[in-house]
Amino acid sequence: MTSATTAHSVVEPSATTRRFAGSLVILYAIITMIPLVWIMLTAFKSPDDAISYPPKVMFKPSLEGFCNLFTTRSRQTPEFIRSLGPPQGMCDEIARSRNMVVAGPSNYVPRFINSLIIAFGSTVLAVALGTLSAYGFSRFRVPLKDDLLFFILSTRMMPPIAVAIPIYLMYRTVGLSDTRLGMILLYTSVNVSLAVWLLKGFIDEIPREYEEAAMIDGYTRFQAFVKVVLPQATTGIAATAIFCLIFAWNEYAFAVLLTSGNAQTAPPFIPIIIGEGGQDWPAVAAGTTLFLVPIVVFTVLLRKHLLRGITFGAVRK
Amino acid sequence: MNELSASSRITYRAVMVRPGVARRIRGLSDKTLAWLFITPTILLLLAINIFPLLWTIYLSFTNYRANRANVPTIWLGADWYRSILTDPDIWAAMQVTAHFVIWTVLIETVLGFGLAYLIDKKFRGHGMWTTIILLPMMLSPAVVGNFWTFLYQPQIGLFNYVVAFFTGRAASSFQMLGDVTLSPWAIVIVDAWMWTPYVMLICLAGLRSIPDYIYEAAEVDRATKWRQFWSITLPMALPFIMLAVLFRGIENFKMFDMVNLLTGGGPGSTTEVASITLKRAAFESWRTGYSSAFAIILFVTVFGLANIYVKALNRVKSR
Repeated sequence: MTSATTAHSVVEPSATTRRFAGSLVILYAIITMIPLVWIMLTAFKSPDDAISYPPKVMFKPSLEGFCNLFTTRSRQTPEFIRSLGPPQGMCDEIARSRNMVVAGPSNYVPRFINSLIIAFGSTVLAVALGTLSAYGFSRFRVPLKDDLLFFILSTRMMPPIAVAIPIYLMYRTVGLSDTRLGMILLYTSVNVSLAVWLLKGFIDEIPREYEEAAMIDGYTRFQAFVKVVLPQATTGIAATAIFCLIFAWNEYAFAVLLTSGNAQTAPPFIPIIIGEGGQDWPAVAAGTTLFLVPIVVFTVLLRKHLLRGITFGAVRK
Repeated sequence: MNELSASSRITYRAVMVRPGVARRIRGLSDKTLAWLFITPTILLLLAINIFPLLWTIYLSFTNYRANRANVPTIWLGADWYRSILTDPDIWAAMQVTAHFVIWTVLIETVLGFGLAYLIDKKFRGHGMWTTIILLPMMLSPAVVGNFWTFLYQPQIGLFNYVVAFFTGRAASSFQMLGDVTLSPWAIVIVDAWMWTPYVMLICLAGLRSIPDYIYEAAEVDRATKWRQFWSITLPMALPFIMLAVLFRGIENFKMFDMVNLLTGGGPGSTTEVASITLKRAAFESWRTGYSSAFAIILFVTVFGLANIYVKALNRVKSR
């Protein structure tokens, strides 16, 4: 966010202006954070506190939401529960206080693992393909270069549902429906367009002279690419990878239409976490919180490159 | 800048020559290498984007239904296109989409530009607050849609409580998601919450691209701040604002995940944006041919917008 500014008294805003602008921005930031903070608070509420009116800001923290997120429970008679031995662990204890016993683990962990595998798998593939293509487009005379680049970008413009119809049919034919591999390939194809565009921007900024000097020293073009260009492009590659990761992590439309169990990721799963009589809000909030934390971390890491990422490299500061 | 400072640290290592490999790669001309590098990406996109697209085009001319694969496929010609373009339900969905796109883009542009303008005053700690403001746009739209249904709950939701607190109405007297007049605004509010930072970030880049000396010259000429804003700030940031508007326009035209979880298109079809109509036709009524035709129509529309976008992008770049 910092840019090299040359301070001149004439254009510098006055202290009052600054304070006024600052307070408005901070006010907006606080208002915009309330929904997020509220969800994170709800994750630590008991079901009764979560649905109380008026909404409770102060409450006794409880891990019941997390327990309900990770387990499935079944309702039992008090006699049956008394006949059991001592409760095993905190979650069992909470469940028993509500006349229930823990029946087994929920599907949250497998869905979360699917999200991780699919997000990382597609990111690695997209960045690898993207780096090669971006170098190709950046350094070589490719016939129809602009058309190819526009073609690559335009694949990203399609509405996901429109793509999902034929993908659904195609995956059903070749046996890729509801498989992680199928989702990895699909997300790779969506992300590769972003990767090519972003990385081309980053590689364009590396002076050609470096490779040329290396090649005069006896490197082949390929060696120059591996030993000179790649190390130079590390920052760009890392930023691109995080963008791909975030897309695959957040994606919902393809996931909900093309997966049902085996390869289902967390976004389509979180909304269908239900308890007895409707949505179990503390559990949903707990699942949401765990799911959002990595994104918050990545956003902070990425803040210098966000602008490039969201504009496909069109705006570079 | 990172790139430049890193470049000074380049050290040439001795070339490790593995004769066989080296000779083989050295033998590759730049042209071959270029194609080797580019083809995998193109092949992947052909397999997972273009081939399915061609298949959709074919299906859009037939009566094929994905849930009845054994029924013989009949060629229908342009029947689906004709029936879609004259279907009042489709036009209703297009109107809902237009309402959503126009209002979200308008609100996000005004708020986003305003915020960018204020942040550009570089008050203390603006970097940290900017990062905080940016958070919502990085989140999963589906998860966001889902947790806003909680905030919009009529009795227990925080949103209703806050509105009730400031207006004095009962918190259970209105339903953001269940009311035909309020629900189109409910989705606009969530989208604006999520994507205002996006417009803000692009506008901020625009404001920062304006060189100081222009303002200095204006000061010398005794132009008022008001005049400076309309004659310098706004025109010079305009290409960036346009870029943000086009990006948001295209994205919101395709909007599916957030709205699907927030309202699912309801109540009735008051928030049924085009993508939700498409999903209902394709994956609930299984009218594959019909929905393929609608998908092609949507795609052509987005593609048209994309073309305009690339032109605008080139204009921004050439500055």
